[in-house]
Parts: sequence; structure tokens; C-alpha cells
Amino acid sequence: MAVVTFPRKEFEKVIGKIDEKMQERITMFGTPLEFLTDEEVGIEIFPNRPDLYSLQSYLRSFLAFLGKKTGLKKYKAHKPEKNYEVIIDKSVKDVRPYTACAIVKNLKFDDEKIKEVIDIQEKIHSTLGRNRKKIAIGIYPLEKIDLPIKFEARKSQDIKFQPLESQKEMTASQILRQHPTGREYAHLLQGKEKFPIFVDSKGEILSMPPIINSEKTGKITEKTKDIFIECSGSDFEILKKTLNILVTMLAEMGGKIYQMKLRYKKEELTPDLQPEKMKISIEEANKLLGLSLQEKQIKKLLEKMGYNYNSKNNEVEIPAWRTDILHPVDIYEDIAIAYGYENFLPEIPSIATIGEEAKEEKIIRKISEILTGLGLIEINTHHLLTKQDIKKTGLKPKIEVENSKTDYKILRLSLLPSTLRVLSKNIDAEYPQKIFEVGVVFDKDDKQETGIKESKHLAIAITPGNFTELKQIFEYLARMLALEFKIEETEKENFIEGRVGKILLKDKELGFLGEVHPSLLKSWNLKMPLTYLELSLEEIFGSLS
Amino acid sequence: MEIEKLIERLNPDERAILPYLTEKTLTKISEKSNLDKIRVLRALEFLNNKNIIKIKKTEKKIIDLGNNGVIYLRIGLPERRLLNLLSERKTLSLEEAREQGKLSENELKAGIGALKKKALIEVKKGKIIFIGALEEIEKRSLEEQLIESLPLPYDKLKPEQKLAFENLRKRKDIIEVNVEKEIKVDLTELGKQIITEDLTKLTKYKDMIEELTPEMIKKEEWKGKKFRKYDVVSKVPAINGGKKHFVNQAVEHARKIWLELGFKEMTSTLTQTSFWNFDALFTAQDHPVREMHDTFYIKNVEGKLPDKKLVGQVEKTHEKGISGSKGWKYSWNKEEARRIILRTHTTALSAHTLASLRNLKNKKGKFFAIGKCFRNETLDWSHEFEFNQTEGIVVDKDANFKHLLGYLKEFFKKMGFKNIRFAPAYFPYTEPSVEISAWNEERKVWLELGGAGIFRPEVVVPLLGEYIPVLAWGPGFDRILMDYYNIKDMREMYKNDLTKLRKIKFWV
Repeated sequence: MAVVTFPRKEFEKVIGKIDEKMQERITMFGTPLEFLTDEEVGIEIFPNRPDLYSLQSYLRSFLAFLGKKTGLKKYKAHKPEKNYEVIIDKSVKDVRPYTACAIVKNLKFDDEKIKEVIDIQEKIHSTLGRNRKKIAIGIYPLEKIDLPIKFEARKSQDIKFQPLESQKEMTASQILRQHPTGREYAHLLQGKEKFPIFVDSKGEILSMPPIINSEKTGKITEKTKDIFIECSGSDFEILKKTLNILVTMLAEMGGKIYQMKLRYKKEELTPDLQPEKMKISIEEANKLLGLSLQEKQIKKLLEKMGYNYNSKNNEVEIPAWRTDILHPVDIYEDIAIAYGYENFLPEIPSIATIGEEAKEEKIIRKISEILTGLGLIEINTHHLLTKQDIKKTGLKPKIEVENSKTDYKILRLSLLPSTLRVLSKNIDAEYPQKIFEVGVVFDKDDKQETGIKESKHLAIAITPGNFTELKQIFEYLARMLALEFKIEETEKENFIEGRVGKILLKDKELGFLGEVHPSLLKSWNLKMPLTYLELSLEEIFGSLS
Repeated sequence: MEIEKLIERLNPDERAILPYLTEKTLTKISEKSNLDKIRVLRALEFLNNKNIIKIKKTEKKIIDLGNNGVIYLRIGLPERRLLNLLSERKTLSLEEAREQGKLSENELKAGIGALKKKALIEVKKGKIIFIGALEEIEKRSLEEQLIESLPLPYDKLKPEQKLAFENLRKRKDIIEVNVEKEIKVDLTELGKQIITEDLTKLTKYKDMIEELTPEMIKKEEWKGKKFRKYDVVSKVPAINGGKKHFVNQAVEHARKIWLELGFKEMTSTLTQTSFWNFDALFTAQDHPVREMHDTFYIKNVEGKLPDKKLVGQVEKTHEKGISGSKGWKYSWNKEEARRIILRTHTTALSAHTLASLRNLKNKKGKFFAIGKCFRNETLDWSHEFEFNQTEGIVVDKDANFKHLLGYLKEFFKKMGFKNIRFAPAYFPYTEPSVEISAWNEERKVWLELGGAGIFRPEVVVPLLGEYIPVLAWGPGFDRILMDYYNIKDMREMYKNDLTKLRKIKFWV
């Protein structure tokens, strides 16, 4: 969840006072207001709208939503001047194949703006950029660079420069091993023989993406007027969009955008601020939203969301910085937002359908009605157990989850450990304790789609318990469900010899009931005798439906 | 008349103790009435409720003999035994004193100490020498007098008894102080009136019927007799009954709502392939939600993918897009889709359901599910790695956004939320998307209840084989539940504290 923080003063200068109504408008724009103080406005930006991360671009879109300065905002991208070139060497193909670059001039930076530029880079890196894996952004003062620039990959020993926040020159491997930022992102270049760098025409290394810039050329200051921006990664389309987000934000700060020639095999020009076009259908939009809007109204709503609409060919012009428009439905949602979610009248269509409870759930409900009728209390436990639980019950872990943030990491094979845990937490509660649970247990099974067989089990525990009472409960349950079980003497680890029976339905063993052995009680610190039943319900589901 | 009525309501025990209430203490009343203390106490409480008496609970310190005290009472205090020896011979060696007086080392010390204090002896070169007047030997000491008169209440001790008590208290186990909780009874004005009534009248109530027995019914013995009136207001001991777990009660309530609205229940397993949980729902394989940081992946188990046609469609949708979509434009990996996870949302069930409608001619229906889902989370007051979600989909060619809001509004109204707000939201698999919030009057804030939307064509087309609008929602369930039961700590949900489970109210 990305929450951006804007200075309230700047924000109110443009849109007016943030009163209760305005707070509501912010949320209904699809950007929930998270907090509001005298100095700051905190707004949540969903991951599909990285174009709203900066104050300038947020206000651009929000003003239109409020009905001021509607329609597609146009920015001029000047043609490249001589030398405005980036040569992409084929050596980067295996490490970081693409870059999209631009030059922005005439900027006036102050502390606040420098912070904003750094903030938006970080926000994009951590969201859309998937922690720099997909996108890494670099911004450099143009006066320290000699164009044209080359994007190439070199072996570690051939890369030597002074990275940001470092006193000395380092090689690529040194940066990845020793520099804090290097270490943090080293995994992104793991196993690569060569590492990507931007290098200027004098051979000065500007940066090693996606890791770090050079201290000499990679730092903007209040004196910086003109900058060079590059976005590098593996998906050229997304890099171009990211570049557009950045340059239009800088243009809102007063900058002049210049394109660069990207010398791939086939030459490309970036940034490309031409709007994308997508055909929509008025009928489809109305049908999906349950509205009957005229084309004129839809055009107006689209303009409130920063689009242009051409009624001749039903085409929508999409801002070049929107990354989230994959399909006309994405535009239809924006129509709904502009129309106002609060203006839709909720409606239940008068179609007759018949409700139906899942059979299993119905049987489980009946079982718990029968057991609660006998005064038993239902418990509800986790499906994941700790290694300790398994060990204390004398079992072996079989199915484990990866990287659990807690000690709970084993999928349970039986309800016994869960039940014992509950009893051990309740040794001071009133006795007798009669509890039951219906829960899922897991076992490996190659025949299943997931390689795991899940079955619903019933567990009953009575403490202080005697075998007769438990058997009475079980037999009552069986009679009420009209099922004919057989019980045969058996032996079971953790249970007292001669006091365990297996439960059979049509000669198939479904579970057991018996008195728990004192050694197991001891290992769980239980002080009272305990009788326990566990039964798979899967066969019962089958024979009752 | 009032009094008459009151007397009619007295139970036999109350009547039995009534004449002895002036005795004031529980012990005495119990002795006189010949009822055990517990029965008297209960009767007193009933009388207290009827405002006939006022019960006062007091504590009394009682001084009594300790273990050694009991022995000394019989054989004499060590100093007495020493004195007896000294009355025969004025000088004794320590050895002789110990052996002939049958004194232990400690007793000897204590005895010598006590006599020295009274200046009756001195000890010189291992000898005890009597130096007091002979008549002193005969005199019984204050300590001796005290132990003979025990037990005594502490506040009744005379000054010289108090002195003896202080002396003996320092010595081992001779006396002990017991705190006796005493119940004292004071008659109220009403009580005084009742007992000034002719108490012999009480005998006439002896014929009142207490418990109605089968015998009485059979023989009609109740005829012409009065039933003793019970005190229907007094408290009785609490009992508890069998009960479903409160989470399951809430789940059942929600299930009933969906059934009332004509929805059919979907079920599936808690473990799922990533394919059903993510890929089929157009969640790109590099989406952060798919990282181990958020999702439980199962070690060393690999799943199977469904039929090739469906997998191919999903692959194409991710890579290049389908039905007018641009897709995510990356290389989709089958292995990733085969990884097994604990389902992160019940939306995986909706994906299964849509695929099951694929070969039907008339693809429509309303479906719901309620179930456990998992996320790799820490465990504290605001985090749980298991949570409940309720899922619903409506597959209908005429379904639209207004219907979506309609179903949600109705469901939440039935769940007890009257003031609902819908705001724009984002989920990878729905467009438009909506976030449902409920107004919390107590805290004056909108509380998020969960998300909903209309499935994207990128989800529907591969699963269903064609585009039909599918309304979908999957609000978490636990916040609603915690709100209802006023639970502040998430760990309470699956703690299974039996005392609390016995007490917690039903979901009604």
C-alpha cells in the first residue's frame, strides 16, 4: 500500500480548502484520504496509478476530476538536439536489455523539489519497479556529462567508479559486496558475468543500474538546471511509460522536455508523449455500469478523468503516462468514477435463483447440532501447527510451508495436536471439559491436483473422560445420522492398550476412539484423564448424500 | 397481611432458622437450628434478599494452641519442667536438665530464657542455679494460665494475657492466630416484626408443599394444601450449555443470508495451485502478492495444471492479452503456476466455478463461499495468518455495476450494517472495482469491510470461454465478526479459552 504525503499548503493553493466535502471527493476519486494534519495530506495511491505519486501529477488529474482544466493535458516534447543520443550496446541484452531516456531543461530545484524527485523515484522503484527489478531510474545533472551516452555491459574489473555515499572508487564486485546499497540489490545481478553501466563520451561511468549512481555525476543539487533521465529494465513499454510519468511531472515544475535518440538496432525516440488510442463502445459502457448515458455525457466524464474522446471514431485518447489501461473496461471504470460511485442506485435484479447449501456443510452443521445438544463446546483451531506441537504429540511433520513468519509452519495431519493444545491452555478452566471440532487435515497424495489430500475430520475430547461416556456420545451421533458403524479393538500409539477401538463403516476404517495414555498427557502437562475420538467424515458425506 | 405473604414464601430452612436469628452469628444459628453451615448460609442469603435481615461479614482473630502448645498443655512448658527439677535440687548441670527434664536443645534454651527473664535462675559454668524465692515455684505463670484458657478471641484478651501472648508468640508453635470469618446477622425492622409475630404460627406452614413429587400428583395429596412460594427473584448458580464456536456461528449466519438471496454454495480445498489462486485471476507472476513474503508456499509439493486449452488461454491472456486486452506482456511460466499455496482468498473458488460452467449452454448462476484463507503474517493483536472471507459471484449476461452494489448493500444490511459507502478501489482481477466501508458511529470513521468488482474480461474469457459479466466480491469476514463480538485482539479468535467460549453470547 502506497501512501503519499503532500504538503497541505501547496495542495490547498491549487484546489482550495480541504473541507469535509473535499475529503469525500478525494476518496471518491479512487484515492482514499488516509490522514489529514495541519501540514500534510496523506493519500493512498493504488498500485495501478503510479502517475499520481507526485503532487504535480496528482493535482493535474484531481483538478480535472473536480471539473477544472478537464481533458487530455498536452506537453511539448522537443526534438533531440545534436548529441542527444544513447547508444545501446548489444552486451546489455543478457543483463538489462532496455532503457528509455530523456533530457529536461530549465529546471529550478530547491530542497523541496529535490526531495520530491527522490521520493517519486523511490515510490516507483518499490511498486511498479518491483524493487528495481523491473524498473530502475537514474537522474543526472547534464552539465557534468558529455553526450552521447553509451549503455553497455562490462566485466567487473572494467567497471571502476566512486559510487554515491562512498569515499573511494570501487569495482562492480566491490560495490555489490561492500556498499550498503550494493549489498541490498546485489541479488538483481546475481550470476551475471557482466554488469550494465551508463558511460559518457569521455568514458566517465555515470551509474551501474539497477544498483547505484556515481558520486561525481549522479547527484542533483540546487544549482542543477538541466538533467538527463534514464529508466532501465526488461520491458521497454513500461520503461517508456515511467519516463513519461517523470518528464511530465518535471514539466509541471517548469521544465522543458527534450527527446533523445535511442540507438537500438532500430532507432527509437523517447519520451513519446503521443496519446495512445483505444476504441470504446458507449453501449458496452452503459451496459456494464447499468447506466444510460448519452455519448455527450460520456465524453464529458472522460474529460474529467483526463482523457479526450473523439465521437467520430469512438476513440479515447489516453494520456501517455497511464500504465493501467489494458482494456476498454479500464476506461469504463474511469467513467464510473467520474460519474460518482455515490450516484449509482444499488439495485437487485428480479431474477429467480434457488439457493443451495453445500451438502458437506449441511452434514457438518447437523453433526455440530447433535453434539452441542449433548452439551459439547465447539472449538476452532489453526490449520498450521508448530514443530513443538508435533513433537509433543509424538508425530512427524510431513507437509511444511516455506518461510513462515511465525512458528506455525506444519500442516496438520490430525486434529489431535490441536485438541491437546486447547486442553493444555485450559487446565484451569471448569471441568468437565467436553469439546469437539470439525476441521481439515492434510496428507500428501500424488493423485490430487495439488499433490495434497484434504479431508474433514471430527474430533471429540472429554476430560476427565471415561471410555463409556465417549462411546455413548459416538453411538448417539451414529444413531441420529442413521449410520451403522462397527467398533473393533485395536492398538494405537499414545493410547492405553485395551482401551482403543477403531471405527468402521462398511468395513472401511474411518477413525478411532480411546483413552489417551498418561505419557502423552504428561508431555502436554494435562492433569486429568482424557478420552478422544477422531473420525474422517469424507465417507460419511458420501453415504449420507 | 404483608408479613403473612412473606412468611408464605419462606422455604423450610428459612423457617427453621427464623427463631434463632437473634443469636446473631452463623455458628450459633447453625448449632441451634441443627442445620449445617452451608444450608444456613443459603437461607440467610435468601432472608437478606427479602430484607428480613442484614448480613454482615466480619473477621475475627482467634488465638489457639499450636502443635507444641497442645503437648505443653499436657506435659507442661519447658520452664515448668525445669522448675520442677529445680524444686528438688537447687543446682543442675545442663546435661542433667536436658535428660531428666526430657528437653530438647531448643526447649532447654527457651526454658532457661524464660526463667532468667523472671530472675529465678542464673547459669554459671554449665550449671543452672535457682536463685528465686521458693514460693515462686508454686506460682503458675501468665503463660501457663493463657494456654490453659485458649482458644480466646484476640480482642477479648486482658492486658496480662496480651503480654503472655506476645511472649509465647515468639516461641515455636506454641500458639497460633486463626482468622475466623464470621457471618453476623442483624434483624431489620421488618425482621423484628416477623419474629414478634407468634412464632408458633410457623408450624402451620409446615404443611405447605415444598417440592411437588410424582407421588403427590398420583395420590392428589396436594389437594387442600398450599404451595410454598418460591423466591423467584433470587440469584441461582450459573450453568453453561453446549455451543458452536462463535466464528462458526457468524459463518452460519452469513451462509443463511446468501441462501436467502438465492446463492449456491461453492466448496474447494484450502491448498490450491498458484494457477487457480493467481494466474486464472490475471494476477501477473511478478505481482508482489505472489511473493513468499505474503503467501504460504508448500515445500516439496508440485501441482498439476488443468486441461491444456484452459492453460493455453490463460498463458495467452497474460502474455499478449485476449479479447481486446493488451495483457501483461511478459513470458508466462508454467512452473510458477504449478506451485502449491494455501489459498490467499476464496476468489480461487470462483475461478474453479467459472471453469466448471465452461461447457454449459446457459452459463449463469449465483454462487457463494465462506471459508478460511491464509497469508504469511505475524501473530499479534492486529495480525492473524488465518482469516475468513466470504465470496460471491453472479454470472449473468445482464448483470451490471448497480446490481453488484445492490447485492452488497443487501448482504451487509442483513449483517447489521445500515450505513454503507462504496468507493473506487483497485484489484488486479476486477474492473470496475469497489471498496465497501461501513460507518462506525462510535468511532466516527468509515471502516473498510472489503472489496468487490466485476471480473475483468481477462479473467472471464479464458475460464468461461466467452465474455459474460461476472459480479464478484470477497470481503474479509473477521472485522465484521470482531465488531459484533466486540473483540479487540485478533488472537482471541482462535485462542479457544473455554471459560470465554462458555460465556460468549450467541450470534443472533
